[in-house]
Amino acid sequence: MSQVLDTPPPTTPAPAPVDLAALAARHGLSVSGARPSLPEYIRRLWARRHFIAAFSTAKLTAQYSQAKLGQVWQVLTPLLNAAVYYFIFGKLMGTSRGVPDFVPFLVTGVFVWTFTQSSIMAGTRAISGNLGLVRALHFPRAALPISFALQQLQQLLFSMAALVVILLCFGIPVAASWVLAVPALVLQSIFNAGVAMIVARMGAKTPDIAQLMPFVLRTWMYASGVMFSIAHMMSKHTHTPSWVTSALQVNPAAVYIDLMRFALIDSFHAKQLPPHVWAIATGWALLAGVGGFIYFWKAEETYGRG
Amino acid sequence: MDDNAKITDDRNNHNDRIPTVVADGVDIVYRVNGTGGGRGSATAALNRILRRKQSEKAAGVRKVHAVKNVSFVAYRGEAIGLIGTNGSGKSTLLKAVAGLLPVENGRIHTDGQPSLLGVNAALMNDLTGERNVHLGGLAMGMSREQVKERYQEIVDFSGINEKGDFITLPMRTYSSGMAARLRFSIAAAKDHDVLLIDEALATGDRSFQKRSEARIRELRKHAGTVFLVSHNNKSIRDTCDRVLWLERGELRMDGPTDEVLKEYEAFTGDKPAKPKPKAPAPA
Repeated sequence: MSQVLDTPPPTTPAPAPVDLAALAARHGLSVSGARPSLPEYIRRLWARRHFIAAFSTAKLTAQYSQAKLGQVWQVLTPLLNAAVYYFIFGKLMGTSRGVPDFVPFLVTGVFVWTFTQSSIMAGTRAISGNLGLVRALHFPRAALPISFALQQLQQLLFSMAALVVILLCFGIPVAASWVLAVPALVLQSIFNAGVAMIVARMGAKTPDIAQLMPFVLRTWMYASGVMFSIAHMMSKHTHTPSWVTSALQVNPAAVYIDLMRFALIDSFHAKQLPPHVWAIATGWALLAGVGGFIYFWKAEETYGRG
Repeated sequence: MDDNAKITDDRNNHNDRIPTVVADGVDIVYRVNGTGGGRGSATAALNRILRRKQSEKAAGVRKVHAVKNVSFVAYRGEAIGLIGTNGSGKSTLLKAVAGLLPVENGRIHTDGQPSLLGVNAALMNDLTGERNVHLGGLAMGMSREQVKERYQEIVDFSGINEKGDFITLPMRTYSSGMAARLRFSIAAAKDHDVLLIDEALATGDRSFQKRSEARIRELRKHAGTVFLVSHNNKSIRDTCDRVLWLERGELRMDGPTDEVLKEYEAFTGDKPAKPKPKAPAPA
């Protein structure tokens, strides 16, 4: 160890000649890295809308670019998923009994659920998995969870195309009610983006959330009637109080799944939906969307630390 | 985000020294989980979760004091070099000026939004160079029209197409030099109020380096202030008129380029090659 290694006492800095804070204030400088106000934050986010769209599309395209079949996997992956669930739940466990048009019922459920599930999974890693980006560039961080949710929405649109083919193959008639799929999707997207922002903040602070999330999501999936009808299942267990069934039916995932089934499948009747279903769907979307956005914004300046 | 209007107002007034960046007693501390007490064992982890508020030391969190009480004022029209041995806190300070790292104590005041030259992270290796130019431009906050307008300029500057039509190939097929050149070209395409450059001049072959230096001088004309981190004393001499010397997170010297570089070269012992000291702070 040579003596060069020891840092000699600082030779210069003449103690600040003026009050630096006052100097900065006089020239109207702003504090670097401070959190902008909520309206300003929304304005900046809106200014980056093209980046959000380009980023999500780029992620989607990059996903299968090394595969031989390329973008065909966008449709193939959800179809294979549906096939696995059909084999296990439809054939082996026989949940299909008493559910008319079981295959369309199941596939709709799986696709709609996958949208929520993967938005939330991507959300947990939105900040912690993109620290390089967060530390290199300045943009409203909410752009990340939102663009991941948008990526999943684009993915879902591919699945929906496959779904339409499946529906027609199983003889489901094209109906005016298919239009209802659009508002249902919009509400679900807002809900998903909101939850993605909530878990993004949690995941940024505690990356362990990403390990825990698959278990939470799997529990949620089984409680949301993705591959069975909640009402039908509960009617077999006469001793369960009716509020349990109601609680399961108003949980956001079940609401969005059932709305989509109601819109697309003609044998799925309005009486199978919980009362005030559109109000509930809107409520969940607003609660998660607005609440999640504010919750995420509150920690804006801390993302990318340490 | 950019206050271009405000800048142009007083750009002509070079006599009044207008501050663009004011660092006021800045401390930056990194916290690293899973070191020290218990070496990341289960008990240490449990401790960390249960007693987060109480004592960071007991919970096995190590603090690295990367920048210590640094104060300086940067004025419009200046090009400032940041020098120091590896791990002396140069890049950390730059990130804090850009508002990308929170400060522990003190404040950093800036005029407009300083931009760190670097879009590496926004680019995706599986996409073509072409799409990466678009993505990188948008990530830096350019509008779609601006990106379209500058597209050809960026590609020409990078020289990617000199040896054939490579811009339509995925970036993973590029050589490391080509990728670095494209990154720099994208990053340098935007005009900035306060521009922070972290060793970007070292990329590419000699002819590209020359072009980069010219581009930096041009950016400097448009930008209020340029900060440059480099280990290449020559490129500091060529581009900067003022130098801040950081050592172990402390500001050792702040003055005209020649004076500070002379001291620095004496300190590092440029003539007899001595092993460079390595401080623990991450760069």
